[in-house]
Parts: sequence; structure tokens; C-alpha cells
Amino acid sequence: MIELKDVSKSFTLHNQGSAVIPVMEGASLKVAPGECVALTGASGAGKSTLMRVIYGNYLAASGQVLVGGLDVARAEPREILALRRETLGYVSQFLRVVPRVPTLEVVAEPLLAVGCARQAALDKAADLLARLNIPERLWSLSPTTFSGGEQQRVNIARGFAHDYPAMLLDEPTASLDAQNRETVLSLIEEAKARGAAIVGIFHDIEARNRVCDCEIDVSEFTPGMVA
Amino acid sequence: MTPLLQVKGIEKHYGARIGCSDVSFDLYPGEVMGIVGESGSGKSTLLNCLAGHLEPDAGQVIFDTRADGPADTVTMSEPERRMLSRTDWAFVHQHARDGLRMSVSAGGNIGERLMAVGDRHYGTIRDRAIDWLGRVEIDETRVDDRPSVFSGGMQQRLQIARNLVTGPRLVFMDEPTGGLDVSVQARLLDLLRGLVREMGLSAVIVTHDLAVVRLLADRLMVMKDGRVVEAGLTDQVLDDPQHAYTQLLVSSVLQV
Repeated sequence: MIELKDVSKSFTLHNQGSAVIPVMEGASLKVAPGECVALTGASGAGKSTLMRVIYGNYLAASGQVLVGGLDVARAEPREILALRRETLGYVSQFLRVVPRVPTLEVVAEPLLAVGCARQAALDKAADLLARLNIPERLWSLSPTTFSGGEQQRVNIARGFAHDYPAMLLDEPTASLDAQNRETVLSLIEEAKARGAAIVGIFHDIEARNRVCDCEIDVSEFTPGMVA
Repeated sequence: MTPLLQVKGIEKHYGARIGCSDVSFDLYPGEVMGIVGESGSGKSTLLNCLAGHLEPDAGQVIFDTRADGPADTVTMSEPERRMLSRTDWAFVHQHARDGLRMSVSAGGNIGERLMAVGDRHYGTIRDRAIDWLGRVEIDETRVDDRPSVFSGGMQQRLQIARNLVTGPRLVFMDEPTGGLDVSVQARLLDLLRGLVREMGLSAVIVTHDLAVVRLLADRLMVMKDGRVVEAGLTDQVLDDPQHAYTQLLVSSVLQV
């Protein structure tokens, strides 16, 4: 479902003497439907960079990034937009929303975007928010004023609203209490059970051992640091 | 899928100066494209060429019309182009007073566009005007007030209602949130995003505000000195800018 072949990434800083910083070389990995792969490595090793390359947020310098058959490294913007709408979900560490939009709508949005009926989308959103212990009295408010932990849970609810066949999870359990952490882990297990291919970053070792089928150390892909 | 708008090699010179040069892109139904760049980069010139307000020196602007399919709006007859700009196109000006009739009531401003496409029943026109005032969050008791007594944010919302009442498929916006304070801006952004999604609109938005494009635009074009220096997915261009100018632009934004 997700396959990287010899991907490299470098940043060129034109305004700082055109310094070229290579950050990734020869990155290859393969994730089958129903499988969860954990990215590991020290902070700064390039876990998030790799994830952003898969999402098309960072432009790969070379190699192929195949998600559901589409090469994200070469695709047209509208193909990537369609891929993100239908196929590839991304739970980032930060929630970015339009001010004033109620939480329930924020969570239902990915479902509405794929043409789900409004009431069904709102029902599913309500179900997810309830599972993640967001009090119902907050649902009609914009999440911009919520606490960090609440925003993160809203973000997770939004990320799991649509049943994406491929998902990227950037520290989904970070800073959650035991009960919510458990809920998130079961959401991940349910996603795997329905056949989603998942790439995740988990600093929480127990969580990683529970949901991930294999680990990839991204420092192997760091230029000049061949493992 | 046929692109709604195909722009090919648009050029516009002001004497020896370049307004914009060699701009090409396709816009598909439902897509929102942002154009950013500093003042004088040619973004407004480009927008005016696309919307038929300026005649480009070279190039084509091919719009997928409802009746006849793709047609070049640059070489189209004036009446045909005017008809398009009243029906399938909309243009939201930076200054609401450029897009409104200040001496006509709010309801009249909305109704005028309906009458231009053949609506004649006063009751229907008034009902639709009131419906649209509601959608842009203007109280219906203000329907008979003139926009000259509205606040800047209300005028901008009225301009949007006037433009969208005929159900256009393509909206051009020139700095739609420029000059509004941030809370009004947020409200307008939320409104625009909702309308874009509900009506399946395509839009071309010119702005210098990167936060606005991040929230509204799927795709982004960066202009400098009349040329497109970088184009791509909005978040990719903003998070991993490739061109020196885009890097400068992104790194110059003040963090709040």
C-alpha cells in the first residue's frame, strides 16, 4: 500500500549562501495493508521528514514514493489532493483549523469531503469524540481555545473519521492519559483490522510494541551516518 | 475531467514594463488556487487578465462554458464575456465599494445580479436577497439599508453575497480579507471556506497573506517580477519552498 524506493531529500537554503543540507538518502520501506510500521531513531534523525515526504508535504529529491499506486514524488497537485481526501490520512501533532468552526464539524469534515451524508458524518464524529472523552458541551465550540490534550484528541478523532486505506501517525499517544491512550491504541488496532497500512512514530515503547509489526530505524537513511 | 479554466501563456506589458509574463495553469472544478507575491509582483494584473478586466497582450484563458464547452474568453465577443461575468463568474474586489453600488440598498445590491440574469418577480428576488444576507451573517432587518452605513466587514460580506447569488462556478478574489481586522477576517475565511465547499466553487485568490492561502487554497502560485517562480500544493510550497524568493517570503512571516 505504501512503498518507498531509494528516496532522498535535501534542503537548499538559498538565503543562507545556498547551503545544501542532505537529510535523507536511500530510504526504502514497504507497508502492506493491515500492517503497522514504526519509524524509530533519535530526535532529528528524520522521522517526521520521512513522514512528510510520504504525505507530499516535502518534495522528495529523488526516488519513488508510492501510495496506493500513485507516485507522490511526481504527482500533480490535484492527484495528491485526491489521494489525501480518499486514501491517505495524516494525524499530525498539531491541529490546524479555521477559527470559529465547531469541533463536531472539524471532525466530520474529512467524511463530508468524500461525499458522506451530512447526518452520518456528524454521527460518526460524535461517536469518535465521545470515545476520546471530549465532553459533549464542547462539541459546538471551536477547538482553537481547547487545552493541548483536548486539541490533540480532536485531531485524532478527525484523523480517524474517514476509513483511510493508508495512514500516517505522528506520535498519536504522546501526552495522553492512560484511558485516552488505550482508546487511541484500539482505534489503531481497528484500523489495522480493516486493512489500513500504517506508518507511525511512537516514543511510547509499550504502545509501539503493542500495535507495530516492525520497526525501521531512520538513522540508516541519514547521509554520512551509515548504520 | 476537463479543467474549468485553462490559462496558457498570459502576457501583459505596461509599455516596456512587464505586468505579468508567461503564466500558465489549469484549474479544476472545486479547486481553490492562491496567488501570492509582494506588491508589484503582477498578481493583480494577472487576476484582471483572467477575469476579463484587462486585455492580455498574448495568451489564452479558456473557460469550460455550460453551453458550448471550452471557449477562449480573451477572443470571445464582449456580450458573451459580460454574460459570463454575470452568471458563471464572480469577482470579489479588495475594496467592497468597488464591487457594490453604494447608493442602492443591500437587498438591491444582491437583487441587481439576479435581475441581470432575467429574474423579474420582486417577491422572489427579495426573498433570495434576504436568504443570502442570512448566509453571509447580515441581519435581515438591514435589507433596506444602504451599504454606505455598513462596517467594512459587513460591506465585504455583502459584496460576497452579491457575487454568489447567481451560483457562479468560478470566483476571482483580490485580497478579500485585506484591510479587515483579524476577528472579522477569521469570520470571513470561515464563511468563504464553507461556501466554497457547499457550492463546489472553484476560486482564484490573490493575496499577500500566507495564513489566508494556507487555510483557503489547495494550490499555490508564487509570483515575483511578473513571473511565476514556484507553484504546487499549498502546504508543500509553504513548508518546503524550493525557490529563493519563496524561502524569503515564508521566513519573513512574523510568528504570533
